[in-house]
Amino acid sequence: MSAFAALVGRDLALAFRQGGDWANVAAFFALAVILFPFGVGPEPELLARISAGVLWVAALLAALLSLERLFQSDWEDGSLEALVLMPLPLELQVLAKCLAHWLATGLPLTVIAPVLALVLHFDAAGMGALVLGMLLGTPVLSLIGSVGAALTLGARRGGVLLSLLVLPLYIPVLIFGTAAASAASMGFSAQPHLLLLAALLAAALALAPWAAAAALRQAME
Amino acid sequence: MRPPSRKFLSAQDLACQRGGRLVFRGLNFGLEEGGALLLTGPNGSGKTSLLRMLAGLTPPQQGQILRQGLPISRDPAAHRAKIHFIGHQDALKPALTARANLDFWVEMRGGSTGGAAKALDTFRLGERADWPCRYLSAGERRRLALARLLAAHAELWLLDEPATGLDTRALEDLFAAISAHRRRGGCVVASTHVKLRMPRAARLSLADFAPRGAA
Repeated sequence: MSAFAALVGRDLALAFRQGGDWANVAAFFALAVILFPFGVGPEPELLARISAGVLWVAALLAALLSLERLFQSDWEDGSLEALVLMPLPLELQVLAKCLAHWLATGLPLTVIAPVLALVLHFDAAGMGALVLGMLLGTPVLSLIGSVGAALTLGARRGGVLLSLLVLPLYIPVLIFGTAAASAASMGFSAQPHLLLLAALLAAALALAPWAAAAALRQAME
Repeated sequence: MRPPSRKFLSAQDLACQRGGRLVFRGLNFGLEEGGALLLTGPNGSGKTSLLRMLAGLTPPQQGQILRQGLPISRDPAAHRAKIHFIGHQDALKPALTARANLDFWVEMRGGSTGGAAKALDTFRLGERADWPCRYLSAGERRRLALARLLAAHAELWLLDEPATGLDTRALEDLFAAISAHRRRGGCVVASTHVKLRMPRAARLSLADFAPRGAA
């Protein structure tokens, strides 16, 4: 298990030392959200109605930003070749990299989401459901993203291809994440939506590492 | 003891295809414990491909690779635990220090970081240990990659052009490390363009196995 921790630790150290990937992602998220009041006008009722959807769409795009580099730099400098030959199963290595990716991107997004929600006049009653939904949903973004990142490894303009591949798969997270936050802010129960997000997370945890590891092995041949 | 199991590593009738082109075929060799094999041949003759096959990264087009008499494809995880593969890329992160880079690879193999400190000294990187790798020269980066060999133990070393960028002293360090490894019964397979000083090393010229004419 120490090899797992070593990989998480290294990816986190790189994320925080290399000019702050996480800061770029968080700044993109904040800017994208703040653009909306300028675009649709400052009426509080309108902003409150679209706020949950805006926050989630911006979070999806922000998470997508950093995905391309998930395996890319390891692939370019030969680390991936060496990692594949390590005793720790590749599936667990993918899981470790997803965990590090989530800690460096998904978690900061979740932390600043409530602040941005206030900018959009999001009803405070739904704040708990919004944060809980993001805690459950953002790891799914990292996990599904890892499959896309592994599949597009080495492809020219892999970033665009990655978006086309991954964004459609993010739709369920978007639907249930937005539904949980909206339902709670309108006084309904967010529980069914949160449970569905939890189910998505469980499925992604079980399936994504295998798919990504298979794609990585293919890329190594 | 049956004859095949006495070889630590052997290849039988290997063929390799890259990008739809047959690179080599009919390749056989056997390597005893403590043995060394030097791969030579012009660019594109399949030296790196053969090393990647021996590491288990790519399956051979034809034939099989045996370690201690058993095909390596039967238990890839056990095979991975027995090898060090140093490719032509150094697998170092520019933002991390030399020590952090080496410690990471040692921890991934479940080794102790005490071995890492010793390996840094052996390759005369002790003074550079706390420098970020981006400030190291190409030769120093190569030495740091090679330090992985000593920092954690593995029976079989697969080295792709290990001498690239090394100065004469570093080359001596590398030869010394290889000799010590072989004295302990370890095996080395290395590809090279320059003269590597390895006593009693078998040589395999990959050009001899290139398909001819219509093939």
